[in-house]
Amino acid sequence: MECVFGMVGDGFALVAADTSAVHSILVHKSNEDKVMILDSHKLLGASGEAGDRSFTEYIQKNVHVYEFRNGIPLTTAATANFTRCELALALRKVRPSCPVHIVFLVSQNPYFVNILLAGYDKNIGPSLYYIDYIATLHKVDKGAFGYGSYFTLSMMDRHYKSGMSLEEAIDLVDKCIIEIRSRLVVAPPNFVIKIVDKDGAREYAWRESIKDAAGVSAA
Amino acid sequence: MSIFEYNGSAVVAMVGKNCFAIASDRRLGVNLQTIATDFQRIFKIHDKLYIGLSGLATDVQTLYQRLIFRHKLYQLREERDMKPQTFASLVSAILYEKRFGPYFCQPVIAGLGDDDVPFICTMDCIGAKELAKDFVVSGTASESLYGACESMYKPNMEPEELFETISQALLSSVDRDCLSGWGGHVLLVTSTEVQERTLKGRMD
Repeated sequence: MECVFGMVGDGFALVAADTSAVHSILVHKSNEDKVMILDSHKLLGASGEAGDRSFTEYIQKNVHVYEFRNGIPLTTAATANFTRCELALALRKVRPSCPVHIVFLVSQNPYFVNILLAGYDKNIGPSLYYIDYIATLHKVDKGAFGYGSYFTLSMMDRHYKSGMSLEEAIDLVDKCIIEIRSRLVVAPPNFVIKIVDKDGAREYAWRESIKDAAGVSAA
Repeated sequence: MSIFEYNGSAVVAMVGKNCFAIASDRRLGVNLQTIATDFQRIFKIHDKLYIGLSGLATDVQTLYQRLIFRHKLYQLREERDMKPQTFASLVSAILYEKRFGPYFCQPVIAGLGDDDVPFICTMDCIGAKELAKDFVVSGTASESLYGACESMYKPNMEPEELFETISQALLSSVDRDCLSGWGGHVLLVTSTEVQERTLKGRMD
């Protein structure tokens, strides 16, 4: 029941994600940060299989390597296309140990991770990219993944307008979180919101309704 | 649901008098959910050659990147643009390379060949070419498109009439298909100019 969503506002882009790490019916932890800060001006929110979220670390390291090698950071569009290519390669890569069948060999070891990439470039401004686990790439103004997307996309369709201020956008994010909490059957309790603008990528706020490991009382 | 219906698409190309038109819908969906309403399915290879790719969106993007790469190499080596017939054979070969693990795409190729004679063709996901003299269709709305095009098409249409015909055929067909729609994108190519227009239809 993972929920990741994001939108572009006036001079900024934000990504919000739930923070529960779930395995079947068990909640391992409720403060798992799923929005990775790739570099000074990029955020990558990933939802999907927990092990494959480490794919985002792989992207982060490659983004850093590019900046070290070339002296300038990758643009958001280039990062999005690089991420898409990595996902697309993994989608059809044949592992050497697999026997070759005379049937339709498609996915060998794909990463089951859906990604929302938000970034700010100096001459372009903020941008948000939707990258599916099967490597569909699209530049969007608002995007969402998971069961929560059924609610957040509708809320954003109703209330989103381009060029929103930060306060308006956070207000919309809160509306979406309230909607998820009230309408999704196994709703994640806590969310993290991160933003990226000309001053960089940073954590904006947490929205917690359950605090972790602080001794939840049964009373 | 089939893998070809995962994202939803509709592409059609028609031949007119020394011109051709190629049109597609604009929806990008994930099964029943609509993700975006401005997805591009028609790509320019060179000034007189366009390819529309329907089917799985990730393969549309991968295939487009591979084809533009091959065409750019061809341009560097041959110092000229590829003819539409040659390009169609190239696409067919690239698709058949993946015979046992195909790209889930059905391309529609439209171009102006020598002496500005329009050329259109389509192929299935493993590269079986189908040349036509009048129109070609592909995508989730293909059955509706066949019917609409068959009834609306006339040979040797002038550009304005061709644009009108292909737009009406596309919009009426995607209205009957839940997986494609959200407007249309039409390119009309004559020997002298390219007109690109966005259609507003039923936005659902």
